[in-house]
Amino acid sequence: MSPAAKPAVSSYLHVATLLRLLAVLLLVLAPHLLRLPLWESIAVIAVLLWRGWAAQRHFTMPSKWIRGALTLAAFAAVYASFGRINGQHAGVALLVVMAALKLTEMDQRRDVMVMVFLMYFVCTTHFLFSQELWTLAYLLFATVAVTTVLIESNHAGAPLPVRVTLRRGLGLVAQAVPLMLLMFVLFPRVPGPLWGLPSDAGAARSGLSDRMSPGDIAALIQSDELAFRVRFEGEAPPQNQLYWRGPVFWDFDGREWSEGGPAFNAPYPVQLLGQRTVYEVTLEPHRAMWLFALDSVDQSALPPQSLVTVDGRLLAGKPVRERLLYHAASFLDYHAQPELPERYQRMALRLPRERNPRTAALAAQWRGQGLDDEAIVNKALALYRSQEFFYTLQPPILESRDPVDEFLFVTRRGFCEHYASSFTTLMRAAGIPARVVTGYQGGSRNRIGEYYSVRQSDAHAWSEVWLAGQGWVRIDPTAAVAPNRIEQNLQSALGANEALPFAFRRSSNQLFTQLAARWDWVNAQWNRWVLAYGPELQKELLGRFGLEGWRDLMLSLIVALSVLTGLLGLVALHRARPARHTDEALRLWQQATNRLARDGLIQRPHEGPQQFTARVLAQRPELGALMQALLAAYLAARYGHQDEQCQALGDAVRRFRPRRVKP
Amino acid sequence: MRLRPTLTAASPVQNADRRDPFWARLGMVVLHPLKSLRQRINRWVAGRVTRQAGPVSIPRHRIYIVPTRFGYGYGLLLLVMLLGAMNYSNSMAFALTFLLMGLGLLGMHHTHANLLNLRLRAGKAAAVFAGEQARFQVWIENPSKSTRYTVALGWPDEPPAAYLDVPAGGHAEGTLPLSTSQRGWLRAPRFAVATEFPLGLLHAWTWIELDMNTVVYPAPATQARSPPIAAGDTGEVANNRRGVDEFVGLRAYATGDTPRTVHWKSFAKLGTPLVKQFGEAVSSECIFDWDALNELPVEARLAQLTRWVLDAEIARQPYVLQLPEQRLGPALGETHRHACLRALALYGLPA
Repeated sequence: MSPAAKPAVSSYLHVATLLRLLAVLLLVLAPHLLRLPLWESIAVIAVLLWRGWAAQRHFTMPSKWIRGALTLAAFAAVYASFGRINGQHAGVALLVVMAALKLTEMDQRRDVMVMVFLMYFVCTTHFLFSQELWTLAYLLFATVAVTTVLIESNHAGAPLPVRVTLRRGLGLVAQAVPLMLLMFVLFPRVPGPLWGLPSDAGAARSGLSDRMSPGDIAALIQSDELAFRVRFEGEAPPQNQLYWRGPVFWDFDGREWSEGGPAFNAPYPVQLLGQRTVYEVTLEPHRAMWLFALDSVDQSALPPQSLVTVDGRLLAGKPVRERLLYHAASFLDYHAQPELPERYQRMALRLPRERNPRTAALAAQWRGQGLDDEAIVNKALALYRSQEFFYTLQPPILESRDPVDEFLFVTRRGFCEHYASSFTTLMRAAGIPARVVTGYQGGSRNRIGEYYSVRQSDAHAWSEVWLAGQGWVRIDPTAAVAPNRIEQNLQSALGANEALPFAFRRSSNQLFTQLAARWDWVNAQWNRWVLAYGPELQKELLGRFGLEGWRDLMLSLIVALSVLTGLLGLVALHRARPARHTDEALRLWQQATNRLARDGLIQRPHEGPQQFTARVLAQRPELGALMQALLAAYLAARYGHQDEQCQALGDAVRRFRPRRVKP
Repeated sequence: MRLRPTLTAASPVQNADRRDPFWARLGMVVLHPLKSLRQRINRWVAGRVTRQAGPVSIPRHRIYIVPTRFGYGYGLLLLVMLLGAMNYSNSMAFALTFLLMGLGLLGMHHTHANLLNLRLRAGKAAAVFAGEQARFQVWIENPSKSTRYTVALGWPDEPPAAYLDVPAGGHAEGTLPLSTSQRGWLRAPRFAVATEFPLGLLHAWTWIELDMNTVVYPAPATQARSPPIAAGDTGEVANNRRGVDEFVGLRAYATGDTPRTVHWKSFAKLGTPLVKQFGEAVSSECIFDWDALNELPVEARLAQLTRWVLDAEIARQPYVLQLPEQRLGPALGETHRHACLRALALYGLPA
């Protein structure tokens, strides 16, 4: 921008404007500052403070060499922290630090405009990390604040009082909200992504992993984060039947289970029996491929682009990075893979050599007694039930080379993964094909919305054994030790002295439980209707109103937007109209003379009504009688008894309809 | 904020275009469709502006609006945000983008309404000398109930000369400076009333031509040429540059003369008091005669006469301005000065 193009009047940046900008910038950056590396948060706040101080002391801004050096240093520091400068986390870190550095070259009013655009953009990036309900309040609040700065920067001269700009900003945003709603519903949505997402896209979340070693799930259940919500069509199955199948583990190294197993895309034949259960899941993004379904999912009605693997997992076509809404159906009664190929059998029997010898010996002993498969399963479950096994969140750490032995014969305190792992090992040692299944068990029912919330604290691990004639059968050894875990919930299964960190949520406080249920319901609706609003939901919703296809949407959007914008424009016009005169007689007089103004006959400021009338009559003699009557009525109303005469004047005004002069 | 440079050179274009033969105009349309379209718009806009005595209200259909540089930037930002929201299928990012789009659309109405129904009225415009800046005062009245912030006044193609906040039901006053080069009447040309408030994304403006005129006096001659001194009634030459202290002669005493001015020496001789007369009292007015400068060209003569008038005013010396068809004075003071300078400014010009 050449200096000549800059209007001289408005280039000066007032200290007050700058301080307001800094305050709003801090507000906009605040949620990021909590997430960013500590050095960066401190650096950003330091730059903000320095800029405020510099404004008050009228420092000159640093030279371009210093600014260049700072920029390079920022790049280097971000690279050092994240190992990259692109991707979601590093990209946002870079954006925030650059927004702060922009302050060091800002000394013109026009720079504020650039800063405002940057702040709007920074607001958007928050939603990559969180889209919970409170972010709606943040969105509106931040937009009002930034818009206030924008208004401020467009006022020449001394800064406006905050009250004035804030009221303007609030008014504008309030009027823009209906337009936003309209566009949100009608703007044609396309299935994303358009060009692919960075590998670290989405919010950081806890969730199930593709490996399992002792202590993993116990750590996970400390989190009260939501995994998914589910709404059943019709009657919900009983709590102890709600096994949400997730990752399945075949490979065992003596301590850790990992996926392994046969090629995942081979068919998984399941004979479905009994009642069909239909449900709708709103899955929180967890960045892995798996979707959760009850055992065993109806493979004829899978969610779009999903598949069932060789071990019955339901997989999405791509990692779940956004909240996903899908419908599925399951049969709780089934025979899974009645014929198990030889190859699979071997995989389901594999154990690491010379690990956990006491377990192997126990299994061999049972086998030696001539028991069949089913009897051995019962024998093992009886072992957990009859011996002193405890279900606890704080099991002793298993440090030996043979953790299963250590658990089964020494510590006997464990969480679901200990039970599932030891049971599966026992089965394999006894020659029964077995595998570990992880997922979620149960869920808390919300009576307000009639749906279930499944949280990370519902994470669970169990076993499946393959029995001839029955196929894969689910065996939950945890149920043998702590039946309450399966029948009710986790807290009831734990000892009284083992409170979960979020136990207050499940407390017996009636009011609190009610409020929590309501809040959860509101969040469920938010997720279901707002955050999951994408191409499918839009199609479904607008299809009900007969709007189908891109053209219909675009047309209705344009029409509705024009009408609504037009209405809001009328409000603006209304506010800009000349105020009514408090003097009734004068108002009526002006109403009449305005009809002459169209033809250029305007009463001049120094002209009285009589002079004006004389001038009008000189130019438009044909108006003689009408104009005289009007003048007389006005003078009567003006100087006579107002109330009565104003009526007469009103009549005269109504009769006063001068014909327009053709130009 | 620059006042739309594209829509300014209207009147010359209009005249040039009218004179163009048909094939030239056709060629223009074919070869430079955009430029020709712009000229058409310019002509149309210029044709809508009429010179008015005022007050002039700004009606709805006379407000033009286009995006500013920042408006285009904002559009680009929203496009990027929209693509990002699509890529991440992020509902809240969609919401923010749509909210900002709504703001942009509303900004259009609010910027438009910031000018609507304002009333403009010509204020004072003091006479100036050629080469100085004429300053046209413009009053903006706001008859509505909402304050209008940052209303800019300016000539076409120039940065605004004034930014005004017009309070609800009140008025504000701005000045449009216009440089002058020639003596005579100066008509204030069309000027723009513009605003970008509140969001700065759109530029709304209207053209107004108020009937504002001012007289531009001739620029006074710089080199001092000694003025011709006419002796008035007696024809005697007196130095009109002398001050009141200069003794000129004696006259008979009249009531009211101070004792300090009485010439006591002659009183002793003659028995009747005589009073000393000083320069001012006796000096005859000077005559600044057009014909006395006949060796100079017209404009130089006017410049010289202007110089004399100014000098006489400074010296408090009454003077007469003698023009071919006009004689002003003898007199002294603001009114006389203006009458003389005005006569000089308008000399030889059509009324």
